[in-house]
Amino acid sequence: MSSFDEIIAADQRVEPRDEMPEGYRKTMVRQIAQHAHSEIIGMQPEGYWITRAPSLRRKAILLAKVQDEAGHGLYLYAAAETLGVDRADLTERLITGRQKYSSIFNYPTLGYADVGVIGWLVDGAAICNQVPLCRSSFGPYARAMIRICKEESFHQRQGYELLMTMMRGTDAQREMVQDAVDRWWWPSLMMFGPPDANSPNTAQSMAWKIKRHTNDELRQKFVDMTVPQAEKLGVTLPDPELRWNPERGHYDFGEPDWDELKRVISGDGPCNAERLERRRRAHEDGAWVREAALAHARKHAREKEAAR
Amino acid sequence: MSWPLYEVFVRGKRGLNHVHVGSLHAPDAETALHNARDLYTRRNEGVSIWVVRSADITASSPDEKDAFFDPSADKVYRHPTFYSIPDDVPHI
Ligand SMILES: [Fe+2]
Ligand SMILES: [Fe+2]
Repeated sequence: MSSFDEIIAADQRVEPRDEMPEGYRKTMVRQIAQHAHSEIIGMQPEGYWITRAPSLRRKAILLAKVQDEAGHGLYLYAAAETLGVDRADLTERLITGRQKYSSIFNYPTLGYADVGVIGWLVDGAAICNQVPLCRSSFGPYARAMIRICKEESFHQRQGYELLMTMMRGTDAQREMVQDAVDRWWWPSLMMFGPPDANSPNTAQSMAWKIKRHTNDELRQKFVDMTVPQAEKLGVTLPDPELRWNPERGHYDFGEPDWDELKRVISGDGPCNAERLERRRRAHEDGAWVREAALAHARKHAREKEAAR
Repeated sequence: MSWPLYEVFVRGKRGLNHVHVGSLHAPDAETALHNARDLYTRRNEGVSIWVVRSADITASSPDEKDAFFDPSADKVYRHPTFYSIPDDVPHI
């Protein structure tokens, strides 16, 4: 067993030093980098609420969650670097707009209930996407996904618990929750990407076993899992076509606005410019820290050398 | 002058991380790799080996273990079990 095709056929993992087709390598670099960028940009919508969360307990939880997302970004950049790319270069590609990140993070967090809805729906959709990626054919990516999936459960549960608490509160709080659900439901469905008929790369990614399920399969799975959770929570999902289909054994649901997805991906969402600008500024404002740390390390290396 | 010490990490099979299995002495990294193969993978225990000079490893100190790992000890809210969700809410 050695050739790439044999490894894939035997459902084994490809490791960084193995020979692999150039297309596979490029796809992996792009997918892992964009996944990493999404984790990093994904800190912003929720990060806004850290100082505004209503109690010390909620601040600590949200801080821990956002910190986890930073960690996810770092695991993933490290996985990409096993393919010979450089994190600084990937960051450059992100802030110059040459590489993308998940469309979901280009929507604003208008109220505190958004924090709960993001944990429930956005992290919930991310879990649906990421669980099968734990068996993705590229070893370092699959291993990063295993670590990440272990941490996502906290993210989703803190969100749902936050929403349950608000739903037990006042009418105004219940309205905030419903309003946040109304705004995040459709963008969450779009997280799985365009419909299969319009997803030209899916077939190749499935053949290479990078992906294990199509976009539409994952979207259906997410809907089926989420509807009963919404019922228990007491919120309405904003889709008049949503209903159980006993023949299919699945929920039927309406078509997301694919033109909106296209617009948001191509840079024209409500917060694209703001997210990128914030990331660019954080990178530039942090330059002196990176330089100072290097200068400090060099100075100590010299002192150690001199002491020998 | 004696040969330096190398730490040996073996990937048991594809898809798994390299795991530390032990150490050995060798005059250089190339020889360490060959010796590690002979010493630690005589029965197909691995598909890949890393060796690294023991002197190049920076390790946390056992004396400082408590202080070092303390910051994560009081953050119970990082665990999913911290949040109580009724049993009749599925898939969460
Ligand atoms: Fe994450
Ligand atoms: Fe998350």
